[in-house]
Order: sequence, then structure tokens, then C-alpha cells
Amino acid sequence: MSADRERDAVRRALERARAAGADAADALLAESDSLEARVRGDEIDFVVQAREHTLGLRALVRGRAGMRSAVTSTNDLSDAAVDRLAGETVALARATAEDPAAGLPEGGFAPPDDDGRALGLAAPEDRHVSVEARIEDARAAEAAARAVDPRIANSEGSQAASERRRVVYGNSAGFLGSYESASHSLFCEPLARENGAMQRDYWMTVARRLDALEPPAEVGRRAASRALRRLGARRVPTCEVPVLFDPLTAPSLLSQLAGCLSGYAVYRKTTFLAGQMGEAIASPLLQVIDDGRRPGGLGTRPFDGEGLPTRRNVLVERGRLVSWLLDSYSARKLGLASTGSAARSAGSAPGVAPSNLWLEPGEKSLEAIIADTPRGLLVTELIGMGFNPVTGDYSRGAAGLWIEGGEIAYPVEEITIAGNLGRMLRDVDAVGSDLIWLSRVASPSLRIASMTVAGS
Amino acid sequence: MTRPPADGFFRERFGVDETGLARVLDGALERKVDYADLYFEYATQDAVALEEGIVKSGDRHVDQGVGVRVQADARQGYAHTDEISLESLRLATATARAIAAQTSQGGRAALPRRGGSGRDLYPVAGAPTDVPVARKVDLLERIDVYARRRDPRVAQVMASCVSEDRHVLVVGSDGTFAADLRPLVRLNVQVVAQSPDGSRREIGYQGMGGRYELERLLAPEAWQPLVDEAVRIATLNLDARPCPAGSMTVVLGPGWPGILLHEAIGHGLEGDFNRKGTSAFSGRLGERVAAPGVTVIDDGTLPARRGSLNVDDEGTPTRRTVLIENGVLRGYLQDRLNARLMGMAPTGNGRRESYAHLPLPRMTNTFMLAGSDDPQEIVRSVDRGIYAVSFGGGQVDITSGKFVFSANEAYRIEGGRLGAPLKGATLIGNGPDVLQRVTRIGGDLALDHGVGTCGKDGQSVPVGVGLPTLRIEELTVGGTEG
Repeated sequence: MSADRERDAVRRALERARAAGADAADALLAESDSLEARVRGDEIDFVVQAREHTLGLRALVRGRAGMRSAVTSTNDLSDAAVDRLAGETVALARATAEDPAAGLPEGGFAPPDDDGRALGLAAPEDRHVSVEARIEDARAAEAAARAVDPRIANSEGSQAASERRRVVYGNSAGFLGSYESASHSLFCEPLARENGAMQRDYWMTVARRLDALEPPAEVGRRAASRALRRLGARRVPTCEVPVLFDPLTAPSLLSQLAGCLSGYAVYRKTTFLAGQMGEAIASPLLQVIDDGRRPGGLGTRPFDGEGLPTRRNVLVERGRLVSWLLDSYSARKLGLASTGSAARSAGSAPGVAPSNLWLEPGEKSLEAIIADTPRGLLVTELIGMGFNPVTGDYSRGAAGLWIEGGEIAYPVEEITIAGNLGRMLRDVDAVGSDLIWLSRVASPSLRIASMTVAGS
Repeated sequence: MTRPPADGFFRERFGVDETGLARVLDGALERKVDYADLYFEYATQDAVALEEGIVKSGDRHVDQGVGVRVQADARQGYAHTDEISLESLRLATATARAIAAQTSQGGRAALPRRGGSGRDLYPVAGAPTDVPVARKVDLLERIDVYARRRDPRVAQVMASCVSEDRHVLVVGSDGTFAADLRPLVRLNVQVVAQSPDGSRREIGYQGMGGRYELERLLAPEAWQPLVDEAVRIATLNLDARPCPAGSMTVVLGPGWPGILLHEAIGHGLEGDFNRKGTSAFSGRLGERVAAPGVTVIDDGTLPARRGSLNVDDEGTPTRRTVLIENGVLRGYLQDRLNARLMGMAPTGNGRRESYAHLPLPRMTNTFMLAGSDDPQEIVRSVDRGIYAVSFGGGQVDITSGKFVFSANEAYRIEGGRLGAPLKGATLIGNGPDVLQRVTRIGGDLALDHGVGTCGKDGQSVPVGVGLPTLRIEELTVGGTEG
């Protein structure tokens, strides 16, 4: 579909929703072109190519006590299907309850001509990515991983993916905007084998521009060395020690924190941070920022899921909680203003999500933090979902490296780490300098003064 | 009364007839390929959700598309589109066959043969998505009122009712022609309880569902016990103490704790990992991997279960597969590709999230057969340990074999008696040996209530699990108390 036809489809959906009785409406059309290839050893495992588009529509119907609303989506974009969708959406909205907080933002929409081009969302020269070139990237990562050491003799494969997306969003308040973005990635997951035991690990690179990816051979080498260093892993006795997280595992703590800062969790009181705005919730070493306009960021976009301009929000300032993440609905529930953090996919109602969320790096390298740790655990992988946002209680499976006398002593596995996120945030006593962007949430290494490690 | 047969749906709606589809597959056979297939899907989903006492929004989604897959040796080419027409299929076929480099003499795809399983495990009179939304709204409003009356400590009730109806059709170059019509319903209730002094808040969750009439969920005798459970768990956890940390005896309750099998055993027995030799179970068929008396089954043919399918997403009829028999490893879970490459038969476990994904070997309903021990006596037999009855999610590293699953209702056992409720904790173990440390198996096999979703390679599919009460020695419990 062309950009003009997409804008027409969004306009048509809005007009039809109004004609069917909606007092307000918004619509989002997302179109994507993607390819994905996996190579294992020197053989292609799979190649997948796709073109998809989905139209999402929200209709709001005014009642005495507030708006009734419904959200629908379809990937049949024929005029007849869009007309039918509009009627169904309004009918569905009429079946729901009146909600005084429901509605579009009151105003303050982004400049409609901001198509995000200045934000580095895609490189024009990457417009026609060839499948063959991406297969070669995967081959090169795979070959580099296997060349590192004879103990790397197998793998789950190396996977390269490229995607271009176009998003058009419009609402009945008159906003209509669109932007294009791209993302490219390369992921390598080798297996190391020794004495009959196997270990896997991975490394990856992801960026909005192909030329910003780490070289494939480097991805392969790093993945292989991560898998190799896990060979011979053992358990450790149950104990309380300082726990370090590397840049692959530390972001999960920030994602959990972000979930607890969502306006929805706050008004529902399903976050342990409810009622703590303005208070010291974390170590003074922590500075947490969410910025929807970070150039080239994986979560960057010119406007959010409700058409409001994206912006930089400081969430935690030297350990003090200074902002929630809000869209217009959760903001109204809390008597606050939106932070431009509405997330919206074609198939869902607006919600809240971080854009580019990170922990500001400190001065020390991870090596220096390890050297400063007499005895402890460096976590390099976490498994399971053992986190309760209502209480902050935290318990997850882990694998990593044991630290003894300021040095890496041996790999460990089949252990858990447990604590409480509130306490863990206060107990951060070192933040590394090694911030690296592998997803929309990033963190440098960090150390928590003490957690319970359960093992043998 | 049942609905019209599934196999005419795509022909009538999109004009894609059997002969036309066979000719599309001929296009794939112009290269040297082993197999090619088409997967059509038309799915409707709706949901209503309640919070703060009102249903604030309704959702309805229609997702349609088709995928063309070509296999040559171990390579797969796949192209999918949301436009269902013979022309878009021809284009997608040209893309998918690019993985097969060599041209062939050309071949003709076998003309479709009506296939499938010849059974309907989930007959319903009408699509759950056709039940008027007002009835679903009414259900959630009743649940809210009922939950708040159950206990004054209930501070927040969140409930949702989700319905799905999915038409699928698989057409293969060997003549496979299998259609399926899959209803799926689910009810979720989450309760936040607050202690009278406001100092503690805890959450309790219960859900149920399956491939059956939505009417079943609307009946008070179905949803009231569900709400009772959510309220009980939330209020119970207000008094929960910190969980101990370390290696100890664990007794698992029946039903949903079967997630242990899913993580510790099931994933490691999926054909793709074993064909590639990346699983901790690779090459171990015939070896002892569990204590005598332990028999683990994957069965996609249980009527109306969430994990069941008439045919898998490659058109293979589902079946009952013995994974572990009396402690000995007997079988893998296979899709077509991995079965062919390993010289084994497909087991009806080729599954995909949607037309936008390649099939993978996946579980259906995975459970352990009952033993003969008295469940209460199993608890009494433990001097010091924990009794875990309800779990959240789990995860496994299939290569190292390490798996976790997270308890959200557990009790301390001291001197054979149940003690205080414990805060949630993650349990971690090693798949290939955890079942060797099973010392008691209860006679009380139960299946879960139909809420399981399994993730693999970014694809989610509905699954089921089941377990009798089980005593396991030396499992690591990830609490905070030394």
C-alpha cells in the first residue's frame, strides 16, 4: 500500500466511525515488510519473508457519566471491510460501561508534519535489503563462532532479521501523522561441549541502520566466548553475597521497574511504588531516563500512540522517584498530565510502555567492579518470571560466574537469586560504564550489595 | 447440533479451490524440494475486561492470512501474506522456493485428498465469538460483585473473558488436505487483597478455559469456585512468610504444578532440539531418565482441552505419545520436518502461533500418570520441606537442562504437618535428573483448568498440563530465608 492509500484508509475508518455514531475515534494503520534468515553450521535453516498490514480502530461513544469505548482490528483493508469494522466497533462500544476518564487527549498533539526523519528511524540506503546479504551476515557470525574453539561444534544457529514499518495514526480531534522506521538485527547462539556437558549462550546486535550493527564476526566471537566460559558450571552453597548483573541481565531489572512506574499499575495500586512519588526509592547512584526521541533509538518515534509528542522523561533522579510513565487515560485517573508514553499497536487499546529506557552509566568498568568484590556472583543469565510487582518480591533462576578475591573463579548454574526489588534498588552500590543498547531498555552493569543465592 | 464442516470455508470465502491450490503447489515443485504446503487461517477473537467495577472496553480482532512453505533437506523457505488469493499465493510461492537452489524436472502436486482426523474433539453449536457481548459483560459484573462480597479485604477485582474462533486449512504437495475449526474460551479473575491496616497488598489469580461452549463459563457453578480460589489465594498471601532458601524436599500438589513436566522434560524432548543435538536429552532414547513408576504422556486428543487439536498445524492428526514409560525415555515430539530428518513418524505436534509463523514441534497436553500413594500421606511423610500447590510461569534452558517454575501458593512442611503459607519463590532443577528423585506418586492425577500458554522462538500456543501429587527430593527453592 502507498502512504497516501494508508492515510486514506485511516481517514475512512474515522469518518465511518463518526457516521456510525461515535463521538470520538482514533485509528492506527501499521504496515511492515520483513525478512528473517537463520543459518546453522554452513546450511540455511530457514528464510522467512512477509508483508503485513493491520488497521486498528477505537470508537468512543459519549454517555451521561463518561465515554463508552471499544477497540477492533482487521487486516482486511477493503472499503467494505473497513465500513463493517466501523459499525461493529461502535456497536461494541455501546455494550460497555461509561467511564469518566476515557477519551482522546484534550490537545497538545505533535506537529503533524513531524515524520521522524530527523530522529534517525531508518536509513534511505537500507531501503532494499537483500536476503542474500543478510544470509551472509548470519553465515559470517556462525563461522566466526565455530572458529573460536574446537569445543564450539554445534549451535542453535545465527539469525539475521530486517524489518521496515510504516505507522499512520489519526484521530477525530484532527491529528493525522505518520512515520517510517526500520530495524536490523543479528543474533548468534552457539553451543560449547566438554566432557559430555553442553552449554549455550548468545550475543546479538540490533540497530535502526544496517551500518550501525556490530560486525558479524564480532557477534559470533562474543557469543562463543560467553558459551565457553559456562563450561564446567557448578552449584554453590546457599548464601548471601553481593550480586552483579551484566549488560545482558541488568535491563530486566529496569523493565520490572518500568512496569511498576506505569500509570495503570499506580491507579490500580498494583505496584509496590504506589504512593512513593517524590521519595527516595533507590540508591543515589541511580538515574533512570525514558526518552522517546533518542536519535536512532529502537523505541524512538515522533509521536506516541495517542498522537502526543514524544519527549525525554527523567523517572528516577539520584534515587528519587520523580515521574510515572503515563498516557492520557492513566494521567486523568491520577490527576496528572500524560508523559507522552502511550504505546499502541493496531490490535490493542492504548497502554503505557517505556520508549528508550536506560540507567545512566557510571565511571567504573565491569572489570573494576569485579576487582572491588571480595566474594559474590556475576549474573549472566536469568530464567523464569519470579517477580511480584504488587510487593516487589523477587526470585529468579540464574546462571553466571562466581567471584572470589576480586576475580572470576568459576561458572555457576542451577541457582536462584532472591530479594525484593524495592530493597535491591536501594542496595545498588556500583554502576558500570558499559551501557549497551540491545533492546529498548538498556542498562550498564550494576552491583547489589546483598541478595540471597540459593543453591546446594 | 454442530457447525458446518470446516473444509469449505476458504473456498467459499476467498474462492481458493482445491485444484487451484494444487497448481500453486506445482509452482514450488519446479525446484528440487522435499515438500511444500499452504496454511490458511481466519481467526476472530474478542475480549471484554473489567476493573474498578465496570467493563471499560471491548475488543474484537479479525486476523486472516496464508503462508507458503517449501522444504528442501533441512532448509525451509516461508512467505506469508494477509491477502488470501491465488495470485498472492503464486507470488509467495516464488519467494518461498528460493531456498531450493536446484531446478527439478518439475512435478505435479498430488490432488488434495480429504484428510484430517475424522473426529471433532471440540464440537460447539456456535462460535464463542458470536455470543452477544452483553452476556460477557454481565458475567464480569456478577464476578465483581460476588468477589467483593466474599471478603472485605478484596480491594480490586480485574476480570476478563476472551473468546476465539479459528478456521485453519492445510494443503500439502503430498495431497494433504486438512481443515479444522477451533473454538477457544478463557475466563481470568485477578483479585488484589489489602490487609485491614493497609500495610500489605497481595494478588490472587485463577483462570479457566478450553475448547468448549462459552455457555460453560457463564454458569455460576463454573465461575464462582474460580472467584473463591482467587480470593482465597490473595487473602492467604497477606499472611505469607518469607520462603526458605536452599535444597530441600518438595511436595507438588496435583494439576497445574504439572508445569514441572512441561519445563523439565517436555521442551527437551521436542524433535528440533534432538535432531540438532542441542538438548540435554539428545541421543538418550531407551535410557532411564526418571524413577520407576514415572510415566509421562503428551496427548493432543483429550476432548475439549485447551491443548488439544483435531489435527496439528501441518494437518497431521494428533495422538497420544508416551514420552517416558516407567522411568525410561521412549519418545520425542515431532513435526513433519524433524520426523523426516530423524527417520521417525510425525506425532501430530507440529504447531504454530498463526499463519505468520513456521511450525515447530510443540507440546499439547502433557501429564504424568497417577501412582498409588495417598496424597495426604505423601505430605505426612515429609519431615522438613515445602508443599507447593499453585504456580505461575516457568522456563527452561534445554541445552544445560536447567529449568525453573515459580510457586505462588506454598506452605512449609514440618514434621509431616502443613505450616505457614510462604511468599512466592522460584524453584530450580535439572531436567534430566529431577524425575529420578521422585520418591512418591499420588493416585490423584488432575489436569489444569485450561490457562496454559507456551512460548518458544517467540511463538505462543495454548497447552495443558497435569500431575498427581508428587514428592521430589532435593529441589532448590529460591526463597530469602537461610
